[in-house]
Amino acid sequence: MKVDTGDTAWILISSALVMLMTPGLALFYGGMVRSKNVLGTIMQSFIALGVITIQWVLYGYSLAFGPTMGGIIGSLDWMGLRGVGLDPYPDYSATVPHQAFMIFQMMFAVITPALITGAFAERFKFKTYLVFLILWSTFVYDPLAHWVWGNGGWIRNLGALDFAGGLVVHVSSGVAALAAALTVGKRKGYGDEPMPPHNLTMTLLGAALLWFGWFGFNGGSAVASGGLATNAFVVTHISTASAALSWMMVEWAYRGNPTVLGAASGAVAGLVAITPASGFVGPVSAILIGLVAGVACYFAINLKNRLRYDDSLDVVGVHGVGGTWGALATGLFASKMINPMGNDGLFFGNPSLIGIQALSVVSAWIYSFGVTLILLKVLDWTMGLRVSEEHEISGLDISQHGESGYSF
Amino acid sequence: MKKIEAIIKPFKLDDVKNALTRIGIQGMTVTEVKGFGRQKGHTEVYRSDEYKINFLPKVKIELITTEEMITQVVETIEREAKTGQIGDGKIFISTVDEVIRIRTGERGKDAI
Repeated sequence: MKVDTGDTAWILISSALVMLMTPGLALFYGGMVRSKNVLGTIMQSFIALGVITIQWVLYGYSLAFGPTMGGIIGSLDWMGLRGVGLDPYPDYSATVPHQAFMIFQMMFAVITPALITGAFAERFKFKTYLVFLILWSTFVYDPLAHWVWGNGGWIRNLGALDFAGGLVVHVSSGVAALAAALTVGKRKGYGDEPMPPHNLTMTLLGAALLWFGWFGFNGGSAVASGGLATNAFVVTHISTASAALSWMMVEWAYRGNPTVLGAASGAVAGLVAITPASGFVGPVSAILIGLVAGVACYFAINLKNRLRYDDSLDVVGVHGVGGTWGALATGLFASKMINPMGNDGLFFGNPSLIGIQALSVVSAWIYSFGVTLILLKVLDWTMGLRVSEEHEISGLDISQHGESGYSF
Repeated sequence: MKKIEAIIKPFKLDDVKNALTRIGIQGMTVTEVKGFGRQKGHTEVYRSDEYKINFLPKVKIELITTEEMITQVVETIEREAKTGQIGDGKIFISTVDEVIRIRTGERGKDAI
């Protein structure tokens, strides 16, 4: 098929939009930690752009999207992007150069491990983190992406629907975050010392950049410009607005104040939840998906205190729970009237989809949790995961990077 | 010569400073401080974390003046810094052994 310039323009722009989400995430997280750790936190997101880009080009793309080996993993036929050229590749991008699809997908691979860093904020060794980035992408992200999106991937073949990464990005990172919080352990002084966010203005800027970039994340997953991309764009926005409001309202009722951090967190929860559903559900469904996401994720993050683990920036509650809800909501609200290549969900007369969605969620949970746990144990044993107590007290900026975020 | 330290509410600084200049005070040092007395703090909630903030922002004024001016200075500060609400602050008076102007080397009252 011929290259369509409109489709290609949209995919390239979407790639740039998703790229911007990684520094956006850096700021979102950065504002929530203590000032002595702001650079260390930002760096964990930012450097993923460097590390994962190279990994993706060398072999990551091939493992994730290459010719399938038993539906489990791609072959290394496309190592170094061999064979990934400027012509369309009909299995993935019928009207868009293959490399455009590749670079679009790269941005997803970049941001996913960066999400996990919220769970071990303020205490992870940078050297070990660089290795973790490579190993997690290779052994968790690439296989999972292959299962859900790869041509021949077993979850895709089951008929599970994940338009833009509810499973591949959010459930995987959310569950990995749980494994990480449990393995790395709590921050020194957690529960005794105050650790409030040092700059919520930075966090809000980050949340806004995430919202903006997400139009590319979901809209670009149509791999074409037109009606489906429009649907994804529109429902993404609606779900986000709905969730920002619902989180803010439930917090207002429960705790007494409509907080700015709550509105921002709700917005992110709404973005997460709509991600798998964005190419399959309509605007009113999006209102409901967002509404539930805001409420469910709000209560999920409060559970962390009961269960006594230090998931510092609530990755499990927002991405794990939000992504799970989104994947199941897809099984409820999907409609072939929106996307004939999708399926109908429970509310549109087809009870079988939700079962498939649930199976895909459970698989992602088990795989990501298990492999992440093993990876972290191995890294702990060989390199150590945490900075020393002295370095944790002086802060990541000085101890890991020899820099200060602020010089007043 | 006497040193006056006054802890006041931050928004009262301009009123106090202007009134003191009007009665002839030519200099002072101001620092932003935190403190508490009988005025309680407030609570801040960030997601699942709740923080009781005990310390409140205040402003500390330090100035040196003569025995003759003391009563007038203290009256001025008291009058301008008062709101009648808890947390208005306190004034501390102490004796100073020596005052020196660095530029000229003047000492004592001439240096104030």
